[in-house]
Amino acid sequence: MTRVLMLGWEFPPYKTGGLGTACYGLTKGLARNGVQVTFVMPIAPEGAHTDFVKLIGANQFAKNMKIIEVPSTLSPYTTAEEYDENYAPLSVKSVYGKNIYAEARRFAKIAKAIAHKEKHDVIHAHDWMTYEAGIVAKKTSHKPLVVHIHATEFDRTGDNPNPYIAHKEYEGLKAADIIIANSNFTKANVLKHYKIPEEKIRVVHWGIEEDHPDYKLNYQSPLNKDRKMVLFLGRVTLQKGPDYFIEVAKKVLDFEPKTLFIIAGDGDMLPRIIHRAHDLGISDKVIFTGFLQGQDVHKAFQMADLYVMPSVSEPFGLVALESLKNNTPTIISKQSGVSEVLKHCLKVDFWDINRMTDMIVNVLRNPELHEELRENGHSEVQKFNLDEPARKVHEIYKEVMR
Amino acid sequence: MTNVCLYFQVHQPFRMRKYNVFDIGHNNQYFDDQKNKEVMQKVAKKCYLPANRILRNLIAKHDDFKVAFSITGMAFEQFQQYAPAVLDSFEELAATGAVEFLNETYHHSLAFLHNKDEFLDQVRMHQRLIKEHFKQKPVVFRNTELVYNNHLAKTVEDLGYKAILAEGADHILGWKSPNYVYKPKTTKRMRLLLKNYKLSDDIAFRFSDKSWSGYPVTAKKYADWLAPILGDSINLFMDYETFGEHQWEDKGIFKFLEHLPAELKKKGLSFHWPSELVKLEPKSELDIHHPVSWADIERDVSAWLGNRMQNAAAERLYSLRKDVLASKDAELIDAWRKLSTSDHFYYMCTKWFNDGDVHKYFNPHDSPYEAFIAYMNILNDLILRVKGEEQRGVGAALKRWISA
Repeated sequence: MTRVLMLGWEFPPYKTGGLGTACYGLTKGLARNGVQVTFVMPIAPEGAHTDFVKLIGANQFAKNMKIIEVPSTLSPYTTAEEYDENYAPLSVKSVYGKNIYAEARRFAKIAKAIAHKEKHDVIHAHDWMTYEAGIVAKKTSHKPLVVHIHATEFDRTGDNPNPYIAHKEYEGLKAADIIIANSNFTKANVLKHYKIPEEKIRVVHWGIEEDHPDYKLNYQSPLNKDRKMVLFLGRVTLQKGPDYFIEVAKKVLDFEPKTLFIIAGDGDMLPRIIHRAHDLGISDKVIFTGFLQGQDVHKAFQMADLYVMPSVSEPFGLVALESLKNNTPTIISKQSGVSEVLKHCLKVDFWDINRMTDMIVNVLRNPELHEELRENGHSEVQKFNLDEPARKVHEIYKEVMR
Repeated sequence: MTNVCLYFQVHQPFRMRKYNVFDIGHNNQYFDDQKNKEVMQKVAKKCYLPANRILRNLIAKHDDFKVAFSITGMAFEQFQQYAPAVLDSFEELAATGAVEFLNETYHHSLAFLHNKDEFLDQVRMHQRLIKEHFKQKPVVFRNTELVYNNHLAKTVEDLGYKAILAEGADHILGWKSPNYVYKPKTTKRMRLLLKNYKLSDDIAFRFSDKSWSGYPVTAKKYADWLAPILGDSINLFMDYETFGEHQWEDKGIFKFLEHLPAELKKKGLSFHWPSELVKLEPKSELDIHHPVSWADIERDVSAWLGNRMQNAAAERLYSLRKDVLASKDAELIDAWRKLSTSDHFYYMCTKWFNDGDVHKYFNPHDSPYEAFIAYMNILNDLILRVKGEEQRGVGAALKRWISA
């Protein structure tokens, strides 16, 4: 049996984005494939701790899996500057470090101890903050290192990388025996920005949990009564294209004034988007829900008539699969990994506001289009299960262990 | 003696633009002139012109060589606009006396399934076209995509036709052979001519397929397959674009065509036109209620009317007929009729979209959903035109410019 020392940073229900969902799906699939995973992750400060304890309890699906907590304030989606601003007071309380870089090094040190203690055949590290830990673990145990890249620093920042993070990312990619990219889109970005031999990269597209009680909540909001709803769900940051969404909302309302736009998520661009809605005179047509998690995410999908993912740069876009699982038709940007594999949805360039408007208006106007997208999308998404990516990752483990 | 009946279908649709919601009420350019011109000129060069040249030579060389064509009004108009040399070469072929023309709907539509009056109008338009340009009055009818049922056979008999073509699909023939002439149950004297789909598709679909056990197929080999077949007529019906467009010249498709008549002659096989089959006694009656077609493995109409989008689009289109005709606006009527072309519905087909096969090859839209969006936007504009509510001209342009 293959034993994996997996270095991650978030896991449901404690998560802030698609990455936690991806790690959850991967480890669950690997467990089914008979791979023994030791998942090491930094934990959030106090508040999230209870949630996290629950996670271990909720984790009985994977008999083969252990979760080891490493106290940390690491959050994958903040820039270093934001980290200092938002989390520094917390990390001052903690004894571990003063900034995100120190946290990453801290994580690396603990990983060293764990690499000593935990028996493993292969190390698997998820994204830049765990790469240093991965490199340390590799030096400690001399086991092969698989580095997983879910997003490059260039995706996260709209091509304005933080040089330190980009450097850390590069070091991890360089040290890896094999790199797993979550799409051809991500692979192309790695090749574009880093000097990495192409033959070292494997593409594994994500899957999604086949079945979940929350898919079938059949949630309807009183808002559904006489209005159609268009949903944005994701971090309200440059990478996700909320600014395009709000411009499109204005244009759609010119055609279909009874439409409501839901912006579900939090992020540094939220104040700007709220202001823009006001300036466009559509404040009463846009609802901001803040950050949603758990069942609320499913409810948001289910009450919406259409989900739009206008991402400027979306390395994969698991959320599009979640939308289809919840029977909500989707429009996704062509600048996404998921658009490589998904057929029964509408695809548009994130910047093409008129085309996006055209698509949204038509889905709202034509129930036949809505139904075909919904039904075919829902049946297509069944093939994106957890087993297929896990099987491919397992193959990669076998390859590096040889 | 068994003869061979060759019939080629010639068609090109007027493909739609990516007509968006902002165009509605402002723009009545529905069709992608640039794209249509490109396709027509490409296919003219790769297929129509060289294949017509080969047929001219074959007719000159072999007294008994005969062939039948059906050319849609849509292809015809695009010859006139973009490739007049093709039209000339068809007229030359017609003048040899060795070519028979069939009738169909001018717009290559499935109007028969939706609106009989419209069907009759489009058939009459096609009759006029063939008479005017090829000086023929066809006695054999082929419906769009070989869509066929009892009711159609009766309708067409009432129009004076003597025979009609259909797909020799397994589910209608059972153990019967497609190589005989049949009589539609609902008609008095009609003849039903069935496509031998195995032998037709050996050329049309499998000719260049290296994984096929018959590959490579030469004229000689093909004649060997045909020689022992029992029956009155082996009906080889296919798209004319098979030659040079679907199957490429470098795979030997033109050589095959060039040598076929001589090889068939060696085996004692000769050619005849569909109209000559009318004289033959029918083997039996065929009773076909549900429409059959020559498309996909289902051989039904689900490629055009298999999902909600396709049905909604067709319903909306035909519901406008009365008002469109009442407008007496020739341009509007012409646009509306061009939208009845079956290809537009084929582009909205979702059933094979996963496999990205032949449907995708022919689809100018990125997805069936986008084909539907463009189509419905166009219909919405058309409705405004019917109502006289569209905003065009300088005033509207100025207003748009200011609001932009």
